[in-house]
Amino acid sequence: MHNLSIAQLINQLQTKAVSSRELTQHFLNRIAQLDPGYNSFVTVTAEQALAQADAADARLAQGNAPDLCGLPMAHKDIFCTQGVRTSCGSKMLDNFIPPYSATIVENYAAAGVVMLGKTNMDEFAMGSSNETSYYGPVKNPWATHCVPGGSSGGSAACVAARLAPAATASDTGGSIRQPASLCGISGLKPTYGRISRWGMIAFASSLDQAGLMARSAEDIALLLNTLTSFDAKDSTCVDHPIPDYRADLTKPLNGLRIGVPVEYFGEGLHAGTAAAVDAALKHYESLGARLVSISLPHSSLSVPAYYVIAPAECSANLSRFDGVRYGYRCKDPQDLEDLYRRSRAEGFGDEVKRRILIGSYVLSAGFYDAYYSQAQKARRLIQQDFVSAFQQVDIILGPTSPSPAFEFGSKGQDPVAMYLEDIYTIATNLAGLPGMSIPCGLVDGKPVGLQLIGNYFAESLMLNVAHQYQLGTDFHTLAPAAIS
Amino acid sequence: MEPSEIEKLAKLARLHIKPEEAAEVAKRIGNVLALMDQLQATNTDAVTPMAHPLDAVQRLRADLVTEPNQREAFMAIAPATENGLYLVPKVID
Repeated sequence: MHNLSIAQLINQLQTKAVSSRELTQHFLNRIAQLDPGYNSFVTVTAEQALAQADAADARLAQGNAPDLCGLPMAHKDIFCTQGVRTSCGSKMLDNFIPPYSATIVENYAAAGVVMLGKTNMDEFAMGSSNETSYYGPVKNPWATHCVPGGSSGGSAACVAARLAPAATASDTGGSIRQPASLCGISGLKPTYGRISRWGMIAFASSLDQAGLMARSAEDIALLLNTLTSFDAKDSTCVDHPIPDYRADLTKPLNGLRIGVPVEYFGEGLHAGTAAAVDAALKHYESLGARLVSISLPHSSLSVPAYYVIAPAECSANLSRFDGVRYGYRCKDPQDLEDLYRRSRAEGFGDEVKRRILIGSYVLSAGFYDAYYSQAQKARRLIQQDFVSAFQQVDIILGPTSPSPAFEFGSKGQDPVAMYLEDIYTIATNLAGLPGMSIPCGLVDGKPVGLQLIGNYFAESLMLNVAHQYQLGTDFHTLAPAAIS
Repeated sequence: MEPSEIEKLAKLARLHIKPEEAAEVAKRIGNVLALMDQLQATNTDAVTPMAHPLDAVQRLRADLVTEPNQREAFMAIAPATENGLYLVPKVID
């Protein structure tokens, strides 16, 4: 059952060939049996899941149930779930039980989707390897001595290990696409503002976006209609027409203009990754697409601009964790300042503290123009590169990550080495564009991701382009050897 | 960045960095700041800073009460409360 596509699962549920309870129990059993080896879940909500499954079965029995009714999925532990601990991978929120649910969690619950549990992640989504989680790192199901990527490493690993058919995730600098790439699954970060962020714990508000991970583009298309809703509660949510994301999947790619940025194939790209991406590009040519060499000349500014903007916004967003209203509080505070400082020092991990300090530094008097303002200008240049490119091409393709999954601890103690892991994904967030990663090969038994970058609100085209590739290739169907 | 600057910054950010860790933290932050120096080399004289990817402006709504009062639910998850108030160490003698 766990190898069926979401379309097949929907069909089984709607025709009552399988009940939601059976399906949910099947995935809960797999989690209980296999997840101790991967650590992809922080919380498994077995009891609630079975209750939701029974309610879904009742709706299915009545007829006219929504398409997704009874389908199990997992939520990244960055999304608030009423009554279920939402940790954001941090000791700070280890005891936090939200009094409300994120809009996207409610959207799925209303559609009858069953929540299996909450997935592990880098602390406050700050990391590219899942090594910063308070709950310990997630292991890559393809090679358990390697990282699953981050920050949505738990969501990626649980889908790769067939512990859930799909999972929600979030992406600030590559946190959906990079782990999707390293775990051999498909992941979509929609356009900035497309998806409600109400109830998603904020990291860098001008970059954060919620999205999806599943095995195929078709699976994502089936889930995306329910993820997407205009939400007045999120003031950054854009009121833009919502298409049926399933509608364009089968369109032929004849005449599609694919931009291939020269800057994404330079120094630092693993030869095996480059070869897999080249082969994918050739496949697209065989489908009638035309490759156009393009340049994104300000690409090299992406990582530096990101590491000004993201910490600056994080230092502001994380100021809410003060030990007073919710979350961790230190023991026996001497005075109010001691309460603030020790609660935060003891509740946050090293990478989070480092980013808060950097953010405070770049925003402090005398440095604002040199760093933050300059980064926002660089961001404009990066965006203009994409605007120019999309005058010549319909979609941009390249690698998602510079190399396949790396070993735990191999990036050493220097944060800069880890930051370069997101060198191809960050520009998309800075520009607010949608990005996607789909599997396009294996190197030394580890998956490689192909990145698709679309124009604003071009999610339907991206899913179409990804689906047409997956119709003619089988990389998205491959499973780690340990998974039967 | 000097380790002495770390303590000032930590105070501003309401964090605490142990003195023995300050040098290591200063070194790592220095590496990140060196990365950022690449930005300084870019000519951005005629460039408008980009605050929002879609150049959107803040949406406004009617000034009406739309949210129910959830005081009890919010107080229930606080570390220390009394009579519907959040408790903190004494601020005024």
